[in-house]
Amino acid sequence: MSETLLKVRGLKIGATIYPPDEKSRDIDIVHGIDFDLAPGKVLGLIGESGAGKSTIGLAAMAYGRGGVEITGGSVEVNDRDILQSGIRDVRHLRGAEVTYVSQSAAASFNPAKKILEQVTEAAILHGKFSRREAEERAVVLFGKLGLPDPENIGQRYPHQVSGGQLQRCMTALALCPEPDLVVFDEPTTALDVTTQIDVLAAIKEAIRDTGVSALYITHDLAVVAQVSDHIMVLRMGEMVEYGTVDQIINAPREDYTKALVSVRSVQHEEKQPTPHPVLRVEAVNARYKGTSFDVLKDINVELHLGQTLAVVGESGSGKSTLARVITGLLPPSAGKITFAGRELTPDLASRPLEDLRELQMIYQMADTAMNPRQTVGTIIGRPLEFYFGLKGAEKQKRIQELLDQIELGTGFQDRYPAELSGGQKQRVCIARALAAKPRLIICDEVTSALDPLVADGILKLLLSLQKSEDVAYLFITHDLATVRAISDSIAVMYQGAVVRYGPKSQVLSPPFDDYTDLLLSSVPEMRLGWLEEVIANRKMESAGN
Amino acid sequence: MRIPVAALIGLFFTTLFFLAAVFAPLIAPYGMAEIVGDVWEPPSDQFLLGTDSIGRDLLSRMIYGGQTTIFIATAATALSFITGSVLGFFAAVSGGWVDQLISRFVDLIMSIPSLIFALVVLSVMPTTITILIVLMGLLDSTRVYRLARAVAVDITVMDYVEAARLRGEKIGWIIFRETLPNALSPLVAEMGLRFIFAVLFVSTLSFLGLGVQPPQADWGGIVKENKEGINYGIAAALYPAYAIAVLCISINLVADWVLNRTTSLKGGRG
Repeated sequence: MSETLLKVRGLKIGATIYPPDEKSRDIDIVHGIDFDLAPGKVLGLIGESGAGKSTIGLAAMAYGRGGVEITGGSVEVNDRDILQSGIRDVRHLRGAEVTYVSQSAAASFNPAKKILEQVTEAAILHGKFSRREAEERAVVLFGKLGLPDPENIGQRYPHQVSGGQLQRCMTALALCPEPDLVVFDEPTTALDVTTQIDVLAAIKEAIRDTGVSALYITHDLAVVAQVSDHIMVLRMGEMVEYGTVDQIINAPREDYTKALVSVRSVQHEEKQPTPHPVLRVEAVNARYKGTSFDVLKDINVELHLGQTLAVVGESGSGKSTLARVITGLLPPSAGKITFAGRELTPDLASRPLEDLRELQMIYQMADTAMNPRQTVGTIIGRPLEFYFGLKGAEKQKRIQELLDQIELGTGFQDRYPAELSGGQKQRVCIARALAAKPRLIICDEVTSALDPLVADGILKLLLSLQKSEDVAYLFITHDLATVRAISDSIAVMYQGAVVRYGPKSQVLSPPFDDYTDLLLSSVPEMRLGWLEEVIANRKMESAGN
Repeated sequence: MRIPVAALIGLFFTTLFFLAAVFAPLIAPYGMAEIVGDVWEPPSDQFLLGTDSIGRDLLSRMIYGGQTTIFIATAATALSFITGSVLGFFAAVSGGWVDQLISRFVDLIMSIPSLIFALVVLSVMPTTITILIVLMGLLDSTRVYRLARAVAVDITVMDYVEAARLRGEKIGWIIFRETLPNALSPLVAEMGLRFIFAVLFVSTLSFLGLGVQPPQADWGGIVKENKEGINYGIAAALYPAYAIAVLCISINLVADWVLNRTTSLKGGRG
């Protein structure tokens, strides 16, 4: 075997884009990338969305997604330029020499076939193993990846295992044909923090044991620091910096890398509670129609004017349901909610306009939270018109004030949501909420869909608006770094109940209950050896297992 | 913007037919019911398409007939769209028992074949143009309702609709400002198809003698009046048939193009 397994030189990738109301045109999305990967090594590709990470990863299999075309350069795997090979050779390469692990295992497995059949398929098809050998190998891999009952788990269908387990099955699928190179494309991004850490540990161990090389694609520097040997930082299709993990984390050279490493520069002093809370949730239970169990169990929290209550938990813990109950979309089955001194009626339809105005909401996906057929001016202007009866020049003036507040300036009024970037979209949603002059804004995972640097900007904006407008935030998130940055008090939710609640300083300092400990310790930290340390010190298994 | 050749052909004929319909009295060489020649005269300089079964100018009959057919079809389509889409959106936005009630009623109407339903109604009611339009419009609105409701159900679960509800918006705003603009493209494409069905439907009724009543001309009626001529090698009955076919195909081409342009595939604008 030669010294380099994968040798990429001057890789250029282009795509055709279709801007609205314009002619389609070709653009370059990767501008000449060079790198080498030695056998048994792991290279982390890191960058924001649109940096070209996944595109480069797929190019290692000589593949371009729909509309994407590899336009130049060479990709050599085992000293063969796979870009020049015919489709027959490429077919032998994919699934045998190079395999792929995608972000969403749930969307990648065929729901109609058993897991074992899918895991062994490529190995058998490429003639690497007989069916019996492949199945034996799969069972060994299941065990190695820490899946429960490795002998029989392959007989289940994809929907019969949890998300974290399925992601591990997918890793087994990629490793089964004994490939030389595995491309991991954000394999843990869609998982909860507590599940992510198990999958991460399993992947790391499997890579080490099988001696396979890997490209590990992610946007999370702390994650990639745990599994890689080298890191390549990408931005807009160009390489920013390349180095060993140690060098990138501890001594980054480029400004962009420094910004990535020091992300979450937001600082926020905890404020003392005021005597009159703006929102008080007392003994609230809730269940969905047609079910026989409570999704919220005896919730008691308070939120004070001009402060932030962070609600933290994994998916399925009831965070968003709590928001639905407070907004009146889901009437609670028991308990009461007091808002600004008045008791809120359970049902949205019976609430007075004043309550609706003072309680606003911002959503996770800014894309779907704005009507694609309305301009920014209409979107922000509607609450002004609706609640305050503003019209004409007065309304325009107020819209411009709001746009200035969210740091967008002039010229945005006539744009459609499709013409904004992700961060800009979320800013417009913030402006729409602010337009109502609310006392409380419910922020449902508002930074989760954004790149770290953009998310940082949004958090800073929210904090400065809190100071100037004296608005309270109920901040729902699964990201503990965000919680640390923005909250005054914290409620940790687990399986529909609040397991820990209090001021930030108190919740985040020991002694911890088991779940909070698991949650806090699962947040990836940007230092070497963190993963092993955490796995060794855990008290509780994550809910995904 | 480049318009494909097929759509251009469609646009050309559609425009031609509509203009002829609107300006019928100006274009037609003779009156609609004027007897000007012999029975089934062959085409000549005087009568471009010949004369019909009782000696009226066929070209004039065709032009006036087109006016009647297109007017009825347009009015019926408009009625079916207004009724169908407003009810469809209302059902989707309201949900619950309102949706169930309207949807099951629509199912009931749809389970009866339209033609038989229309024949029964027309055999007991006076056959006027108004009744024809209302009947066809309401029968067709069940199809429009199905589509509008299906499209709107997808839209009403979007966060921006939820945001509007949380703001306290009334159902009118949610239907006309949040839902309708986003449901328009499939509905516009469907409108072309529904129009074609309306043309075919009114022609069928007239051919069966239950639609437009003589001496008023319409394409289905002209086929009926001249169908005996086919036995003697007279082509008079074929011209209105051609007209129906050309109009249907043209509108289809235009509808296809509109659908292609507005669909989110191929980079179109949602």
